[in-house]
Amino acid sequence: MLRPRLIPCLLVHKGGLAKTVKFADPKYVGDPINAVRIFNEKEVDELFVADIDATRQAREPDYKLISSLAAECRMPLCYGGGVDKVEQVERIIGLGVEKVALSAAVIARPELVSEAAERVGSQSIVVVLDARQAGAGRYEAVTHSATKRTGLDVAETARRMQELGAGEIVVNAVDRDGMMQGYDRNLIAQVRDSVTLPMTALGGAGSLADFQSLFAEHGIIGAAAGSFFVFKGKYRAVLISYPNRTEKENLLNRARAGQ
Amino acid sequence: MIVLVDYGLGNIQAFANIYRRLGLPVATARTPQELDGARKIVLPGVGAFDWAMDKLNASGMREKLDELVLERGADVIGICVGMQMMARRSDEGKLPGLGWIDAEVVKFDTSGFNQPTHLPHMGWNDIKVTADDTLFRGIETPRYYFLHSYHVVPKSDAHVLATASYGGRFVAAVRAGNVYGTQFHPEKSHGWGISLLKNFAEI
Repeated sequence: MLRPRLIPCLLVHKGGLAKTVKFADPKYVGDPINAVRIFNEKEVDELFVADIDATRQAREPDYKLISSLAAECRMPLCYGGGVDKVEQVERIIGLGVEKVALSAAVIARPELVSEAAERVGSQSIVVVLDARQAGAGRYEAVTHSATKRTGLDVAETARRMQELGAGEIVVNAVDRDGMMQGYDRNLIAQVRDSVTLPMTALGGAGSLADFQSLFAEHGIIGAAAGSFFVFKGKYRAVLISYPNRTEKENLLNRARAGQ
Repeated sequence: MIVLVDYGLGNIQAFANIYRRLGLPVATARTPQELDGARKIVLPGVGAFDWAMDKLNASGMREKLDELVLERGADVIGICVGMQMMARRSDEGKLPGLGWIDAEVVKFDTSGFNQPTHLPHMGWNDIKVTADDTLFRGIETPRYYFLHSYHVVPKSDAHVLATASYGGRFVAAVRAGNVYGTQFHPEKSHGWGISLLKNFAEI
């Protein structure tokens, strides 16, 4: 049986790893390659690495870093940040990354999704939608680390990205980022109802119970988190953690029982 | 010696790292000369069928690979799109495949799916090993990472090594003589994948 995925999301900032709160105040949490080695030992389902500087600085992805990450990862890797051309997508896949995440670039030029899927296959094209509440029950897509508004409805945009050939939708709740108070269930349900693609929720997870209720509600879905996997305790001490095989199995069993 | 075919796609370094950690000799081939004498070959793959075939055809290694696999009996394992390329054709592309195994590649039929998620088939899935083969020797509760929308349908059931279930059963691993293939990514499947790659080295 296909299992839901539990995915640490690592943010690259100034060459190191950082964690933000509501997309701001990045705090240094460690070295990227070292973190990958720890996550290898912990047998994580998948890793998502996002360079949060690249798009804002309008620079190329750091291919050297991506290449070392891909070589080190014993689990699938999704890379995002600063990708706005098909050639970049090809190059990153060629480095041994399984999936490339596109965000601001496909809001600006949606055809990039089709062009990229044509070359490397839909399964390797992930669209990340950063979402912010815009009035009661409505969510607007935002870009450039949530500094730019787009006026686009998130669920509608997800559907459009599916039509264009995306292979996965990651929906990231900006206002939940780093808060560790639970996922935005309303946002996730809206996007889930609008696409048949695999989807992954990001933003807000603070406990195993948050993953469990997400899996209970949606079955096959990706549960991504940043803070939860890198911080420990109320003083947010940096400590990489991930449920072991038994803990994960128990979590999935409880989620199935709650379905 | 394990020879990794580097035609510009797929996770050469991830395979190389795993074999190095296992203490097994491994080399990368980018030219026909570097393939000379290879007895054990890994053909990785990520991406769309035609794109991957194009890259392999342009690499200059196609003829040498055909010779090694079809005439000299070198063991070869195709991974993901690498496995699909070993079939005759694919729904995903127009180019012919390598034809090393009598099979074709078709898209999952999602018309009967009763779940919100359709394609691609993405994530960790259990497989059912259906033939007693060295490739899966000693691997308990085999579980692997899949990422694909197309799957291989061999003409003969005798070529099926393992199946998995996603809205119905499909073929997860094949073998036709010296030609092996896995739809999943052993290089990205932790201990389950490392054991499989070690087994392939020891065939």
